[in-house]
Amino acid sequence: MTAAAAIELPIGADEDIVRIRQLVRTRAQEAKLSLVDQTKVVTAASELARNTLTYGGGGRVVIDMPTNGRRVGIRARFIDEGPGIPDLDLALTEGWTSGKGMGLGLSGSRRLVDEFTLDTEVGRGTTVTIVKWSR
Amino acid sequence: MTVAAGRDDGISGLLRSSARSLTERWVELTAAPLRGRVSRAELERELGELFEAFLAAVETGSRDVDDEAYAEVRALLSELSRRRARAGFTPTETATGVFSLKRAVFEVIEGDEGAGIAELVTVSQLLDALGLWTFEAYAKAREEVIDEQAAQLLELTTPVVKLWDGVLAVPLVGTLDSGRTQVVMEKLLESLVNTGAEHAIIDITGVLAVDTQVAQYLLKTATAARLMGAECTISGIRPHIAQTIVELGIEFGDITTKASLADALLHALRRSGVDVVRGRTGR
Amino acid sequence: MERIPILKIGDVLLVSIQIDLQDRDVLALQEDLSEQICDTGARGVVIDISAVDIVDSFIGRMFATIASTSRLFDATTVVVGMRPAVAITLVELGLTLGNVRTALNLEKGLAILRQIGGTRSDVLGRADDDQPVDR
Repeated sequence: MTAAAAIELPIGADEDIVRIRQLVRTRAQEAKLSLVDQTKVVTAASELARNTLTYGGGGRVVIDMPTNGRRVGIRARFIDEGPGIPDLDLALTEGWTSGKGMGLGLSGSRRLVDEFTLDTEVGRGTTVTIVKWSR
Repeated sequence: MTVAAGRDDGISGLLRSSARSLTERWVELTAAPLRGRVSRAELERELGELFEAFLAAVETGSRDVDDEAYAEVRALLSELSRRRARAGFTPTETATGVFSLKRAVFEVIEGDEGAGIAELVTVSQLLDALGLWTFEAYAKAREEVIDEQAAQLLELTTPVVKLWDGVLAVPLVGTLDSGRTQVVMEKLLESLVNTGAEHAIIDITGVLAVDTQVAQYLLKTATAARLMGAECTISGIRPHIAQTIVELGIEFGDITTKASLADALLHALRRSGVDVVRGRTGR
Repeated sequence: MERIPILKIGDVLLVSIQIDLQDRDVLALQEDLSEQICDTGARGVVIDISAVDIVDSFIGRMFATIASTSRLFDATTVVVGMRPAVAITLVELGLTLGNVRTALNLEKGLAILRQIGGTRSDVLGRADDDQPVDR
């Protein structure tokens, strides 16, 4: 089985968030995720895309489908060259927010996916990678 | 599994020149242990195709079955092993399909003056590697079957029953793992939408143990039901499970819990405005 | 951008969300609704989300905001038809909808509003039609 090639989408405006949700949904269906898992990963992608737009000043997302033995997954990397996150622990704290939203962006999305990694450097940008595997 | 590539090791010539007798012998050898469970015509088609692909791969000069040249062979073999696994053949019967080609080739080599030990070793190594491939494909297919059955079993063991108009219940029995709890959770919420029932009862009288994750899933189900506009009660918590829940520090908050399914039903009925009175004749 | 239509039925405003919501649609709907509640003196707002396949924190916050705003005009907001996958995801995300009332479907949502209306002496004066409330 050959996995679908990686697709890159820009995150520069409001409507890009909707486009990302739709692509993540399609890929999650191809990976045969359950309806609940699809919804979880789409919601996480929506949160993170909005973060990239709001805090990172825009950027891009790269979506592909990794495999791990018999399991197929969906992976999304949200990349921005924004200001970065000075205090990571604080940003991951429940309910903490520096902008619009309910402060659930990072901590909430982390609970919706199987793998969550965050690379950030002040002044250089932030990359958040999420993976959700088929069960 | 790599064998040094040598374009002129005589293997492809050998296979090509005796292609017909080889496939015939191969079909014959494979058919015997299967005792008619696969028709001869089908075997001829399967193995004929496989032989062609194998020959084409050998003719590229590659002697590594992980190579791109063998992609077609691997695909055909996976497909074949998968069919055998699903049809209930044993791993031995499945792998014999490959190893009997080895025997057929040996017989040809024995009768061939020009062929020698080098060819024998190469063919042997190639087919061993393909045989292992068959095993893997077979095991993979079996695992898939087991997964499917487990999923079906899960569906069967967690029925959602209607107790009253607008009251649904899931009686849970046995061991709860997070996978099963998740399935229950989704199925129950789905039933609420489909039936329009506003009360759900998760009865865990038959559950032997609850860990943190499971308790949390139960709690999440009740919270999700509330978000959807329904109420979910958890009933039948045994004393030792109650202790575990308290020890684990899990807060059930404002989720209603009842000692027995009967209490939970009564609660649900009252909430939906039904009065339960004992008839006079019942006394 | 198209605006989401708001229907007025009696003293209830009905919004049925049928599109993949962009953030600006959400903000526009919030504005439109509070204007309409104010103008019409509506006593109830029903938001039907049975066609919505994801609710992220931004959309979730809209429900809470609409509910709080409508309360200022003495109107009750009921969100109806939330899909199970969406509900599970919201729980996992850690989002609560505050004081928003919810119902399984439109019919039950309207019934809730009738019950509340029925207990209010100044409304319609047909409290005898309503079923007793055990809440």
